[in-house]
Amino acid sequence: MYYLKLTASACAVAAISATASVAQSRDEIRIVGSSTVFPYTQAVAEQFANNTGAPSPIVESTGTGGGMQIFCGGIGEAHADITGASRAMKASEFQLCQDNGVTEITEALIGFDGLSLAISRANDAAWDLTLGEIYLALGAQVPVDGEWADNPYTMWNEINPDLPAVEILAYGPPPTSGTRDAFVELAMHAGCEELAFVEEGGFDGDWVGENCSRMRTDGPFVEAGENDNLIVQRLEADSNALGIFGYSFLYENLDKLKGVQIEGVEPTIDTIADKSYPVSRPLYFYIKNAHRGVIPNLNEFIEEYMSDDALMTGGYLSERGLVPLAEDRIVELQDAVLDGVSMEAPQ
Amino acid sequence: MTDISSGSLLLTTTDKVRASLAKRHRKQRILQGFGIAAISIAFLMLFILLWSQIATGYKAFMQTNITLDIYVDPAEINVDRLPRGDFDDVLTAALLEKLPNVDATDRAAVREASGIFSNGAQFDLRDRIVEDPSLIGQTINMRMPVSDPYDQLYKELLDRETPEELRRLNDLQIANYDQLLDAGAITSKLNTGLITNADSRFPELAGLKGALLGSFWALLVCFLIAFPLGIGAAVYLEEFAPKNKISDFIEVNINNLAAVPSVVFGLLALSVFIGLFGLPRSVPFVGGLTLALMTMPTIIIATRAALKAVPPSIREAALGVGASKQQVVFGHVVPLAMPGILTGTIIGLAQALGETAPLLLIGMNAFITSAPGSPFDSATALPTQIFIWADSPERGFVSRTSAAILVLLTFLIMMNAIAIYLRSKFERKW
Repeated sequence: MYYLKLTASACAVAAISATASVAQSRDEIRIVGSSTVFPYTQAVAEQFANNTGAPSPIVESTGTGGGMQIFCGGIGEAHADITGASRAMKASEFQLCQDNGVTEITEALIGFDGLSLAISRANDAAWDLTLGEIYLALGAQVPVDGEWADNPYTMWNEINPDLPAVEILAYGPPPTSGTRDAFVELAMHAGCEELAFVEEGGFDGDWVGENCSRMRTDGPFVEAGENDNLIVQRLEADSNALGIFGYSFLYENLDKLKGVQIEGVEPTIDTIADKSYPVSRPLYFYIKNAHRGVIPNLNEFIEEYMSDDALMTGGYLSERGLVPLAEDRIVELQDAVLDGVSMEAPQ
Repeated sequence: MTDISSGSLLLTTTDKVRASLAKRHRKQRILQGFGIAAISIAFLMLFILLWSQIATGYKAFMQTNITLDIYVDPAEINVDRLPRGDFDDVLTAALLEKLPNVDATDRAAVREASGIFSNGAQFDLRDRIVEDPSLIGQTINMRMPVSDPYDQLYKELLDRETPEELRRLNDLQIANYDQLLDAGAITSKLNTGLITNADSRFPELAGLKGALLGSFWALLVCFLIAFPLGIGAAVYLEEFAPKNKISDFIEVNINNLAAVPSVVFGLLALSVFIGLFGLPRSVPFVGGLTLALMTMPTIIIATRAALKAVPPSIREAALGVGASKQQVVFGHVVPLAMPGILTGTIIGLAQALGETAPLLLIGMNAFITSAPGSPFDSATALPTQIFIWADSPERGFVSRTSAAILVLLTFLIMMNAIAIYLRSKFERKW
């Protein structure tokens, strides 16, 4: 009997507290989205909570696509207020938002992130690759004797005799990662288009998208999981291995790793900002305007995100590896975001 | 002839045994050797795991601190403007007292020097002054954690031999640090913040409080749901259910349920608890519900085994003196089986404590800088906190990740030890 009572009371307590709390209104901001924007949003969230004493915003790293799904789910307390993205919102995602009543969205481009190829400092060779060479080393299929065939290269010097005679080995992110999407788009597609075979064959962008998106799976490209610290450790252990990750990881480990030059340009804050480094991508966040003034502190949080302390060169986001916008563009951005200007439908 | 042949036959049997004896002994030794090798490999793996975590993690249990006498300048901090005020200027002034070489008018040099303060230092000072505004105008002694690069320097994880432009700290900053070290302002203390702080993006401020409380609330909810339901299901199946095809079917399904990968339960929770019931994301309550789904089959199976182990004579004796079936079960069988049930439950909860995949799906891997006060406040759990830290770029999180793993392992070992204790203390041999 005692156990029955215990069970019944436990269930009752659980049920009552469940209904009580769900009925409560949400007083913290909820943010989802890209794992690349995550560290920056984290920084703003912590600064915001410390400065204002407001409940700390809940920042969740769901990936860009996953974040859009949650963000565009609808209006109301059950849905996120802000999503981060390592690419612009797609037309299909904008449509999903519209369909679910999320019509007023403000888009904020907060800065850039460079995708860096890095190698251990123990490696003495001066690494300078073209995008075409990167594609030939890592693409699943490459032109061989005028035919589009499986990638035969195993050594760097087979691709270009000037490159070191070491085996091709690169650690990179898995397909679920936004970093991988960006790498495929910015490095692999661009590299593929540079190949003489593709240029002379007159293949269009669709062909490139279909044929040049796959990384090779026969060994030289290793998917190292989402954990970029693990890639850093592997690079330290094997001085001939390359690693692919966001610039912030290279920046934090500059004593152990060096960036591989791409088309003669080394990844640094300056080269990423002026776009001379070819593999850089924009970082965005999107705000649901219908939640402004409804969710407590949302406007104050956006003000903190848009503050000079955060965004400007030398601000605390750039200390974390964000490559900031030019100063005049920051001012433009601050005005647009604080006024809540809604974005147009993407093309 | 027959005698001889039977004699030789006897002889050959003994011979055969003798001849095969060496071979049998050898096989025996090989078997033993394999057994010892298997155990050695298992221990070696365990040792490597523990050693690699301890070797990187032990440094996170100490935190480098800076101790300064701070003059709370009324010119900088006005009692009417609290909690606002130039707390960072007050800290910097106290630091420059100790560093006479730094030119107070050289803003770049001052900024580089004050980088030794963790971002949390100004907020600590603010909180202390807000609590007791009479401190304004006095000199107070404060110990604060130093920022991550200096912590790495103290722990010799940052190599002074590295060329200056590749180091997180330049020569000037290291010279300042050495001066402070000589003056005795830099000390290393047990890192209590690792347990008492919530998460932070600064390694020196990040702690496991949010994750520990999140795991606690999730396990509490899991226990409150899985324990009574699990025992109820097991008691019914073992003591009351008729033995027929339906109960066989249920039994097979429960055994299958125990083998379902946890990520499936996570997806179920995402679509049912969050999607259908509209419960919030990232809360330990939903985490507990999900873990309860996973733990229940374990508890049912353990409980049924414990109930089976109670000899039928106990039931028959109780029935013989006129007890009802219900009295037999709750008065005798379940109490006698309780040590076994609790052991199974604790092992089930220990599994739930280490479970990561379902919690990732329901959003318990969020970044939250405050600890949860109830099962309905957003939180992380220990394994998901490890997941977040392992993916953070700052160097200080490498050792903190290992330290968090050690904390998680400690809890798991404690729970298993309790299970073993209960079993050995209360188990009855019949």
